[in-house]
Amino acid sequence: MALVTDTPQQQDAGRKTRGTAARNRARNGGPRIGSHIFLLMLVIYFITPLWWLTVASTKDTAGLFGGSGGPLWFDDGFHFFSNLQGLFERQDGIYWRWLGNSFLYAISGGVGATILAVLAGYGFAKYNFRGRAAFFGILLGAVMVPLTALVIPTFVLLSSVGLVNTIWAVILPSLLSPFGVYLMRVFAQEAVPDELLDAARIDGAGEIRTFFQIALPLLRPAIVTVLLLSVVGTWNNFFLPLAVLSDPLLLPVTVGLNGWQALSNAGSGGEALWNLITTGAFISIIPLIIAFLSLQKYWQGGLSLGSLK
Amino acid sequence: MATTTAPTSSHPAEASRQAKHRPDRNYRRRQRWGWLFVAPFALIFLTFLILPLVYAFRMSLFTSTLATGNKFVGADNYLKAFTDPIFLQGLGTVAKFALIMIPAQMLVALVAALVLDNLATWASKFSRLMIFIPYAIPVVIGALMWGFLYSPRFGPASSIFGLFGLAAPEFLAQDSIFGSLVNIVTWQWAGYYMIIIYAALRGIDPGIYEAAVLDGASDRQIALRIKVPMISSSLVMVVIFALIGTLQFFTEPQVLRGVAQGAIPVSYTPNMYAFTLAFSYSQFNYASAISFALGIVVFVFSFIFLFLTRKQSGLK
Repeated sequence: MALVTDTPQQQDAGRKTRGTAARNRARNGGPRIGSHIFLLMLVIYFITPLWWLTVASTKDTAGLFGGSGGPLWFDDGFHFFSNLQGLFERQDGIYWRWLGNSFLYAISGGVGATILAVLAGYGFAKYNFRGRAAFFGILLGAVMVPLTALVIPTFVLLSSVGLVNTIWAVILPSLLSPFGVYLMRVFAQEAVPDELLDAARIDGAGEIRTFFQIALPLLRPAIVTVLLLSVVGTWNNFFLPLAVLSDPLLLPVTVGLNGWQALSNAGSGGEALWNLITTGAFISIIPLIIAFLSLQKYWQGGLSLGSLK
Repeated sequence: MATTTAPTSSHPAEASRQAKHRPDRNYRRRQRWGWLFVAPFALIFLTFLILPLVYAFRMSLFTSTLATGNKFVGADNYLKAFTDPIFLQGLGTVAKFALIMIPAQMLVALVAALVLDNLATWASKFSRLMIFIPYAIPVVIGALMWGFLYSPRFGPASSIFGLFGLAAPEFLAQDSIFGSLVNIVTWQWAGYYMIIIYAALRGIDPGIYEAAVLDGASDRQIALRIKVPMISSSLVMVVIFALIGTLQFFTEPQVLRGVAQGAIPVSYTPNMYAFTLAFSYSQFNYASAISFALGIVVFVFSFIFLFLTRKQSGLK
């Protein structure tokens, strides 16, 4: 966007806008009641399932079917801790193993993908090497390739080298993040001035030192965003582990809980694990919610990167 | 790029001694570092994107039977796919989802972002986070939760509708499963899109609104005639994301299949069909053809959309 205004004028504009907002508020009578009611309705819609899950994690199976308070309120009995105990006892606490696997896959896949994206994004943004335009063009096309279309061939490839049903079958494909590279390039182009890099070179710093000491600190906001996006992407991935893993001990929590649900739905022959599913689901979403809430000042700005040119 | 001139100007003595060759050679040699930085990613890109694509394409040209082994059949698998009523039906399903689900998500995301942009209160900051939170929930868990909420045995629908003396709709029945899935996806993704749109709205210079107010524009006119056109490139990007995601629809119907007894067949979407072919029937060649055909469809549709909106997205 072409900003013609310079700083003092912008400040002036900002002050005027606040004045306008005040005037609008007066005109609409009160602090925009309609907007707030609309937001309240949206918040209720988006938060109800989570509220339901929180409440459900404190119920036993009987309470889930017909608790005294109904589905959206607590039952008479508080069974969260006995459910927790159930999670420790069921198949020798396999749930915690699944949760651990999810952490392993998400962190190794997410951190690895971020490291590759930072290096590549910086390389694309700050060096004019031969073949750059062609490779970046292919990469942009790859952003549009549906990654699930790769799952079945990846499975066949991995099985031909004997990697299927190992942790590598999940971690290695998770390192691929074309969108992360794209974001990092866009960001590096703006945030790392060439003049600064040249100054470091003149002072005798090599390319690697320039990268670590000059560029890396400047890239921090984008790094947090890409890290968060790729950790979440790996944590949430369902299709890939479902296809490449069969050993129950290697499953991430998403695939494991889905298996329990299938077991419970099997009806009379299966077992009703509803209370363990709700408590397990509740515990599994806590880490990501904490990550998002505590890092919000980074990702909120970072997510707009892709949309601005 | 500015890098070419800087070394020359900062070492005037050296530059005059060595003519122009030295800095140029340095510059060119330095650019090779670019490849070193890109190389680790390029390796993964080749191994887990290009190689599987090439491999899938090759696999899709063969057929393997117990009697004859691997046999080259050329485009037969594709001819079979594009005349396979199950695959075509799956494509039709995701096309229908794309036509209904994407506008639904965009509408919620855009209106929420516009309202939030107009308010700057603690309530709006709080709402923004709450609307976004479903994005942090794994899709499987989201689908599991909605499966419970939709269920006549566990869900609150019967008591809520009971308040008005109505019978609760059967969310998991054949007729309503489509809408139920649209709702899950909208719930999960609208907040993420809302944040992207909101960030773009925040990037607009507020001075522009001032001018519009002086000209007598109402809030709604400012929203529709100034804000929306100015963030059109973000909107195009968000639609592309949604399009790519919708055409590969897999997790939600796969998870809901168990609870919605019989309403969702194993071949409901092309991805589910490919998964079933590969892992239930070991038809990896035909499954690859289906995957590849779907990949092409997604790519082509994304490309057509980008082409049609090239003015808005600024990609001319």
